[in-house]
Amino acid sequence: MSASDHLIPVVVSNVVEVNPIIKRFEFKHVNGDELPAFSGGAHIVVEMLDDGTKRKNPYSLMSSPFERDQYAISVRRDDTGRGGSKFMHEQVRPGMQMKISAPVNLFALDLRARKHLMIAGGIGITPFIAQMAQADKLGVPFELHYAARSVSQAAYMDSLADRFGDHVSCYCDDQGESVDLETLLSNQPLGTHVYVCGPKGMIERVVQTATSLGWPAAHVHFEHFLAPPVGEPFEVHLAKAGIDITVGAEQSLLEAVEASGTPINCMCRGGACGQCETVVVACDGEIMHNDHWLDEEQRAAKQRIMPCVSRFRGKRLELDL
Amino acid sequence: MGPATMSESLIEESILSRPTYGTLKIVPGLAHYFLADASGAECVIRVVQELPRDMMEKVHILYVPTPGEAALITSLYALGAKRFEHFPTIEEAVAKLGDWLSDAKMGSQLYLAGTEGLVGQGVAKGEECGLDHTAVQCEHRGSLARRVQCVHCKTMIEDVTTQPVKCPSCDLLLLVRDHYSRRLAAFQGVCINAEDPSEEIEIKEVFK
Repeated sequence: MSASDHLIPVVVSNVVEVNPIIKRFEFKHVNGDELPAFSGGAHIVVEMLDDGTKRKNPYSLMSSPFERDQYAISVRRDDTGRGGSKFMHEQVRPGMQMKISAPVNLFALDLRARKHLMIAGGIGITPFIAQMAQADKLGVPFELHYAARSVSQAAYMDSLADRFGDHVSCYCDDQGESVDLETLLSNQPLGTHVYVCGPKGMIERVVQTATSLGWPAAHVHFEHFLAPPVGEPFEVHLAKAGIDITVGAEQSLLEAVEASGTPINCMCRGGACGQCETVVVACDGEIMHNDHWLDEEQRAAKQRIMPCVSRFRGKRLELDL
Repeated sequence: MGPATMSESLIEESILSRPTYGTLKIVPGLAHYFLADASGAECVIRVVQELPRDMMEKVHILYVPTPGEAALITSLYALGAKRFEHFPTIEEAVAKLGDWLSDAKMGSQLYLAGTEGLVGQGVAKGEECGLDHTAVQCEHRGSLARRVQCVHCKTMIEDVTTQPVKCPSCDLLLLVRDHYSRRLAAFQGVCINAEDPSEEIEIKEVFK
């Protein structure tokens, strides 16, 4: 059983072109019902029916957790990806009916924090928009440091600066601006928690700087959704179901398992939550572990795989499904 | 319990609530705060004297000497920390620690060494100031005397060495449990003869 088994029927209530590469999509329940409650940092999985291919991609909710009549997400177009963001940008229009999962939060604010320090890179801004609405209402000190490639690509930068004033600092690469992490992370009061969402390199720099300055791991939070990578098609044998399936070049193993009607647990669909961890019965070849879940030892052992993002190359892969 | 060579502490394994302690070791940090009493002073000296000179700018030491003792004060002072202060009581030293930590930044590390009363009150102050428990290291040295809270009248009884102990405030005879409150930095003392207050129970010296 997984969150995406119980999908909520929604209607696309609005599509807004934020800038040339980012669009915002707003959803309302088809019956006008209240949508499930969530906290800042939560994501939903959006089901896309694209000409026979079913995709389910996770997107962070950016709307306020205190407004339940609609959800909003922002999608950055990635023309080199598997086609999910392209589908959202090209096919999804106001009035269209879609299905979404209930929200799941793998990037929640730690409510014990005396201060929330948020660091966003590019489209990684979205979970923080919901979190800032929450922190603002709770009256907990917070600070956002938002870096983007260029002024034209910095989605919501102006509106956030207007809405949250001094709480927001902005940096644009093309203006030669960047976050001085060493100074920033050296001047936070005890009890501060830091949150980072953005490109892999940015997450690594924040985690590394905080760790070297002596920040406890429990005070450093990050979210890095992986889009399932594209790759060569491969065959998989599902031992319990007794069937062979083919994973297409732009399909994830998880999607192929789901398409075969075989039950499988999952939640984030981005290699972070651990729900879809599956036992490998036999493996003659190489597993491309793309997740953030298994450790080095588990990867080398080839006895576990995360079907949401990982792939296979070789003679035979047999899974306990 | 680890092997005896790991620590001088004589604490026996018990319920999960009963704290156990480690051995101080310097970890990366923006600032290093130390609090020790006379039994823990040698732990502070051991780790701080290994530090390179330029790191002493980050070191802050608070000390509670035994009355009349001066040699360890001299040794601790000679380490050359950015700040070194000593106080006659744990309470005053812990209050000063609170003052220091209220200005401290993320990345600060707290090191506590000595008797359980001092260590426990240092842990509680660190938590109150927003320090994560993983940024606090403790090394137990010296007496096993316990700080006990009478759960009935809430009186704090310092330096308890006997089992049971009589509460100086409400006169109940208390069983000193291994059940420990991190918030209060105290073991829980519960009436041992509530069913029959006339029952005589031998008081033995057990926490030495």
